[in-house]
Amino acid sequence: MSFTPVILWSDALVFLLLAVGVAAAWYIRRHEHLLLPWRRVAQSAAAMVSLLVLSLFLLVGLLDTLHYRAALPEKNGGETVYSPEVLSVLDKLVEPLRTHTEKTYSAPLAVTLYAKESLSDAQGNVLRDYPRLRYGGAHLADESQLASDILKRALLGALGGLLAGLLLALGGKRWLAQRRLPLRPLLIATLAIAALAGATAYLAAAYHVLGTDKVGQDVLYLSLKSIRTGLIIGTVTTLVTLPLALLLGIAAGYFRGWVDDAIQYVYTVLSSIPSVLLIAAAVLMMQVTIETHPQWFDTSASRADLRLVFLCLILGMTSWTGLCRLLRGETLKLRELEYIQAAQSFGVSSLRILTRHIVPNVMHIILISLVMDFSALVLAEAVLSYVGVGVDPSMISFGTMINAARLEMGREPMVWWALAAAFGFMLVLVLAANLFADAVRDAFDPRLNRTEVAA
Amino acid sequence: MNRTLSPNFSDETPSHSTRLAKNASLVAGYPLKEEEDLLLSVKGLITQLRNGTRIVDDISFGIRAGETFALLGESGCGKSMTALSLLRLLPDGVVHAGGTAQLNGVELFGLRERGMRDVRGGTAAMIFQEPALSLNPVLTVGQQIAEALALHQNLRGAAARQRCAELLAQVGIPDAARRVTEYPFQFSGGMKQRVMIAMALAGQPKLLIADEPTTALDVTIQAQVLQLLRDTQDATGMSLLLITHDLGVVAEMAHRVGVMYAGQIIEQASRTQLFAKPLHPYTQQLFAALPDAARRNQPLAAIPGSVPPPGSIARGCRFAPRCDKAWELCNEQTPEWTILNDGRGVRCHLYQDRGSRIEDREKTPSPPAPLPQAGEGNSILTPRSLILQVSDLQVHFPIRKGILQRVTGQVKAVNGISLEIPQGRTLALVGESGCGKTTLGKALLQLIPPTAGSVQLAGRELTGLAARELRTRRAAMQMVFQDPYASLNPKMRVAEILEEGMAALNIGSGSATRQTLIDTLLDQVGLARSAKWRYPHEFSGGQRQRIAIARALAVSPQLLICDEPTSALDVSVQAQILNLLRSLQQELNLSYLFITHNLAVVEYIAHEVCVMYLGRIVERGTAEEVLRTPKHPYTQALLSAMPRIDGSARERIKLAGDLPSPANPPPGCHFAPRCAHASARCREAYPEERNVAATHTVRCHHA
Repeated sequence: MSFTPVILWSDALVFLLLAVGVAAAWYIRRHEHLLLPWRRVAQSAAAMVSLLVLSLFLLVGLLDTLHYRAALPEKNGGETVYSPEVLSVLDKLVEPLRTHTEKTYSAPLAVTLYAKESLSDAQGNVLRDYPRLRYGGAHLADESQLASDILKRALLGALGGLLAGLLLALGGKRWLAQRRLPLRPLLIATLAIAALAGATAYLAAAYHVLGTDKVGQDVLYLSLKSIRTGLIIGTVTTLVTLPLALLLGIAAGYFRGWVDDAIQYVYTVLSSIPSVLLIAAAVLMMQVTIETHPQWFDTSASRADLRLVFLCLILGMTSWTGLCRLLRGETLKLRELEYIQAAQSFGVSSLRILTRHIVPNVMHIILISLVMDFSALVLAEAVLSYVGVGVDPSMISFGTMINAARLEMGREPMVWWALAAAFGFMLVLVLAANLFADAVRDAFDPRLNRTEVAA
Repeated sequence: MNRTLSPNFSDETPSHSTRLAKNASLVAGYPLKEEEDLLLSVKGLITQLRNGTRIVDDISFGIRAGETFALLGESGCGKSMTALSLLRLLPDGVVHAGGTAQLNGVELFGLRERGMRDVRGGTAAMIFQEPALSLNPVLTVGQQIAEALALHQNLRGAAARQRCAELLAQVGIPDAARRVTEYPFQFSGGMKQRVMIAMALAGQPKLLIADEPTTALDVTIQAQVLQLLRDTQDATGMSLLLITHDLGVVAEMAHRVGVMYAGQIIEQASRTQLFAKPLHPYTQQLFAALPDAARRNQPLAAIPGSVPPPGSIARGCRFAPRCDKAWELCNEQTPEWTILNDGRGVRCHLYQDRGSRIEDREKTPSPPAPLPQAGEGNSILTPRSLILQVSDLQVHFPIRKGILQRVTGQVKAVNGISLEIPQGRTLALVGESGCGKTTLGKALLQLIPPTAGSVQLAGRELTGLAARELRTRRAAMQMVFQDPYASLNPKMRVAEILEEGMAALNIGSGSATRQTLIDTLLDQVGLARSAKWRYPHEFSGGQRQRIAIARALAVSPQLLICDEPTSALDVSVQAQILNLLRSLQQELNLSYLFITHNLAVVEYIAHEVCVMYLGRIVERGTAEEVLRTPKHPYTQALLSAMPRIDGSARERIKLAGDLPSPANPPPGCHFAPRCAHASARCREAYPEERNVAATHTVRCHHA
């Protein structure tokens, strides 16, 4: 075998989340009353377009989650030796982006480096000029062809993308129409995204579309790799917050008395500690532990990955209080409702009341707050990495990109593209998530009470 | 006087006096000429959803100055929408789609929004159902009234303050000058509604629209507020558009009545005409569905089904599916508005001169066959085994204050109550809100632990039992709650709801047995078996209450505690539920503890009655004794405050003030401060229980 699959801790958690998501979707499909609010989400154009964008991000993230180690050509006594470098399917797909590293900074779509260097020509004369890039625009004999070549490639790429998008749209149209989904906005969005992706892909084959960073890595590649980190922070963290918030929140609301007092004290204290401080302390402690136990990790990727998982854990431990408070309030309201009292008068056990009556009726709050929290967590990762207590420095994330770009913002001429790329990708991701969260909240909000009945 | 058909009207058939209204634009229902002094004249009002579903469909009526016009109808008939349309305060998604409304000579739908603002609160004011929600809690009542004064009377400063006090005094709030500066939370429910009325009066309106003004209030407070409305009307000469579902309120207040059904006015007549002889089958059946003592041993004439949702009936008469007189024409053709000779209007094929009306359709609904008598008369003599025995039950809630949460007092919600219920009988517990009747019900079920006293269910003590032992006894006693919308878990299917109790109490082994049990239960409560795979939101209020009853019956209890089971339901649906409860009692020999404030329901269903005031039972006896010969002044006041549809003149006992707080009950007899007969002795000692008859006891020094 030319490779061996690697499952890192975060991969396992992502697969677990994926399985939970699929199981939940399957369950909801079979229950008309659960399906009803989702139908309303599906009717909303904004929600569907943002879902489309989100699923693209998700696709990139998932491709980046399938890790493997490639076999090395030389064998050690007949035994295959695998490279210590852990790659993902995404890395393989965009291999040129990963491997085509320049010497240092170059601007987007440039053919030369960003700084002048001393070059010696064939005659041995030393002159200072912008050296040509090793890969970016290497096929061009003359720099003056640059503009026309970019235009040609962009147009061709966009055309190809449009064609592919059109084929996709024609294939999906019937399916969408059957479900009475908003057709036109989705069509427009698909075509726009396809054209953009096509143009980018065709350009990226020959240029660094978003430039390169200090060590010459392609910024587009860095941005694509950052998506996974952001998504993991945004979703895996919920694996920690959810059980804590749900269990403690409904227990506090339902049992009242000393249980309520104890839980309230815990979360009041926890939310009074400045969260950045708490996270920094925990991350630093973890860092020391990891550094003193190098034997735990066989690759550097697995070390960085464990740090990411722990960061999720720590973020989760500090961010469950908000949801917990919400759930406690809702449970306080629910426990006074007559169907709970009816169950009590049957002598139904408390555990059963909690699982059968309370949990299903707070589900909408959980869902809304999870979708809302996602974007906050993606942003939190960026901030924490910027401060230096986020992910491992070797791990590519929006935060580390911004942190690296920070120093270069002050130099003249300014290196703006790394920051702009991180900013743009994050903006699109978070905006899509927020728009989707809005639509979800509207669909589940009992105050916007619609009288439609399940068909 | 007979409530439905008075003898002098019954032989007069409408066909003699019918003529067809040719002119649809005529203000219908009353012989009014266009020029007559109509204050409000509404013609062809149509209000619809944006998708074209008509909520208010072609309504015409007129109100003269100083007159009270009542819009009567069940919930969802479009009464409130009519009022909101007139003030152009429609919610989002609902639009005025046609028709005119002239108020005091001004066309309301032709006004600009600025002009409309002068009308609202100026020429026409409105008061709403829930006084607690219509006042802003962060402003004093004076500030809120002053707002209206500044807008419509241009009064500010000291003059406005003085006028505020005058208005509050006018609506009967004592010590008005001081209370102007108080916040809404310092007023009781009835007082808040008075403040609302004062605020409405601030603009000196010519028309007051009252949307269910007393529905949220207790019967004694309701009587006060209705009296206030009448007095105000006499004093100011304003007109009143009264929106209500309560025939009793209509009988007391209205000069003329429009009966609404599914967005249309189906009958319009003067009060006397309507109560003497309702013409439309719906109105007739509405009267027949009212419970009272005269029908004790027969099922009520419940109207099957419920009000159709707007837009669901496109063709034919909207009442036809529920009408016992409907024939083919009713399903095919929408009946025209017909004005009869005596000025009444009705929308029914029965009264249209088409020659198709056959005499025998006019026959009055034959009274339903009486139920087999359950030994009504001699039941007191034959001893029945007692299912529930409560003695000296107390439920006190501590009042805690300060940082250390020290107990500084007790709310004596239930204070020494003794009662017993024999097998197969119904005990009604009557009282105003806040008297502790729901707390008592929950304490009996041990949902709230009693402070002292004993509850014996079928001879076994329930208080002080450990949770596990208690669980085995729970099957014998179950509760039916007030609000069928809150008492069913919206995320569970009917079968799951019904199965829950069985599973908890280990009734029926295996799911197959339970499924057959569920089928039987659904049959018993009159629901289709297919209902069990559906969710509660797919059912109407009445059907939900049936599910709630089935859930309680699932564990085959001997005693059902019914906590206001019909107060959230419409009259026609209430009759269905009462019939169901009665027939279940006879089939299963159930006992009921029926907690209610509705005395008409008590008259109909109860064998024995306990009247509760501030945590104590002040009078108890058989239904006959308590309701016919009430001894306690409170019972007498309750009975006299109840609006009756026969309009019979009776002495009205006005109760002063509100129910005192149970945290701080008045010394001596708790009722003394509101009692007309109170003497010095009443203010000193709580009266002992005294027997006035073998089964009739009362706690009053003067009885």
